[in-house]
Amino acid sequence: MPGPSALSLRGVRKAFGAVQAVDGLDLEVPEGTCVGLLGPNGAGKSTTMRLLTAQSIADDGTIDVLGHALPGESKQARAAMGVVPQQDNLDTTLTVRDNLRVFVRLYRVPRDQRAAAIDRALQIATLTERADTKVDALSGGMRRRLLIARALVHRPRLLLLDEPTVGLDPQVRQELWALIDRLRSEGVSILMSTHYIEEAERLADTVTVMAAGKAVATGPPKDLILEHAGRTVLEVYGPPDHLAVVEEAARVAGHDHRRTGTSVAVLRAEGLGGSIGGHDGHERVANLEDVFVMLTGQEVA
Amino acid sequence: MATSETAPPTTPAAGPRRRLGRLERLAIEGVMTREVINWLSFWKSSTFSSTVEPTIYLVAFGFGFGSIVSEVGGYDYVDFVGTGTVATSVLFGSAFSAMFGSYVKREFQRTYDAILAAPVDVEELVTAEALWMATRASIYGCFPLLVAMIFGLDPSWGMLLVPFLCFPCAFGFASFGLLISALVKSIDSFSYYQSLILTPLFLVAGTFFPLDRLPEGVQILGEFNPLHHLVELVRGAAFGFDGWEALARVAALVVFAVVMWRLAIWRSTKRLIT
Repeated sequence: MPGPSALSLRGVRKAFGAVQAVDGLDLEVPEGTCVGLLGPNGAGKSTTMRLLTAQSIADDGTIDVLGHALPGESKQARAAMGVVPQQDNLDTTLTVRDNLRVFVRLYRVPRDQRAAAIDRALQIATLTERADTKVDALSGGMRRRLLIARALVHRPRLLLLDEPTVGLDPQVRQELWALIDRLRSEGVSILMSTHYIEEAERLADTVTVMAAGKAVATGPPKDLILEHAGRTVLEVYGPPDHLAVVEEAARVAGHDHRRTGTSVAVLRAEGLGGSIGGHDGHERVANLEDVFVMLTGQEVA
Repeated sequence: MATSETAPPTTPAAGPRRRLGRLERLAIEGVMTREVINWLSFWKSSTFSSTVEPTIYLVAFGFGFGSIVSEVGGYDYVDFVGTGTVATSVLFGSAFSAMFGSYVKREFQRTYDAILAAPVDVEELVTAEALWMATRASIYGCFPLLVAMIFGLDPSWGMLLVPFLCFPCAFGFASFGLLISALVKSIDSFSYYQSLILTPLFLVAGTFFPLDRLPEGVQILGEFNPLHHLVELVRGAAFGFDGWEALARVAALVVFAVVMWRLAIWRSTKRLIT
């Protein structure tokens, strides 16, 4: 069933001094799919992204990108993929068009196709009207769209997105999701790191949950939810003392549970009939956040 | 006898598996394009600072000392300083902009991250940056000559060589700047290198006073100063070369440029690839 891979990592390890940033990571992006790399801050997502462009060199393991073995053939791999960094690194004193003019050259678009490539990128980012505006004057969402467009000037087969919507308004975030979804439907393979659950749930065909440099679970979001959180979650609200009692009841009944701040979420609650140990709660559908917190032991910010 | 010219037009020009080599023209051109497009957006301020400062030295020393000493080493003092400040201008235009410019692009603007995510290696990035800065500084280097002409320096055909004589020196100092930038922990540390290396080099280059009256030890040190070689070469271009000595000075500048270039690549790779 698994098709050819756009990208695959096997047993990849990378330490910075005493910190083991990536610790035996296995990761696969089947061609034409979007894989979400979900993990808390410090899980090793950004290091993984840097390893894929050979801006970091792995201590151990094998990395294959579009049939090129890294780091030896990383230049060929970089020529065939696009990278959207987490940190905005546009040339802010230049216009939108000039930023793209630089990258059609860096990505070696043949001379006679450069103008068309720039126009196409402007269209993808819906920035055609803003082509001659300086980046300084763009909104955060526009800048992020330009960053994505800049990574697409050479029609890459693989796109790396590092936290593509971090720090953006909800509305702008949804615009970007539509853009990313369109790229995937056009057959571009995508690896997207994120710590936004909803982003991974909406966009990713497969999610790899990462914690402490390892992949702790991999699968389609629906399967992961069913496997690790069940169908239904029972949320019991109350003051802190009461929540401690509810947690004890859940432990006795053998249910995984977690504190969400204002409530205790009891997982696999489908057979409980809306209460646990006599404490009534509110039933809801299990989601990826439940899985994430169970697997990484961390609350989402 | 089949050659590539007879191949049918449907044959792809290059397979996707074509190996990409080192120091590729396309990569270097791409990085330089970025520099040129950026420079066009701030060329006024950049040109101003790189040319006005040496001009101030020229005017200050030329008229200040010029009123006391009329002749130095057989030259009119204005001619002496006018040709000498070419090297000052080259230094300011290359080493300083390489240090600060590359630090900002690496640490604050993250430009180098963006470039290295494209098919460009550190070796190509450093080479392109040094080539561009050296080209720019070599052109800026001619400004003091033009200013000195206003104050009485006679033009000569040999002066057309000046930008080409400046180039290896500028390339070496641009690479030096990139090297220091790759070494420092913070942008404030540049002042150490400025005070301990660049300022002495700049003062003991034979720009404002001839080295041949100084103690022998200083004179010998002067022969290790690339700026001194450039100062002498520019005077040679303006007033006549002295044969083999000029060739030796060019050779010294080329060696300086190549050594600094390789050192800059080495340290930049350590800094950028983790």
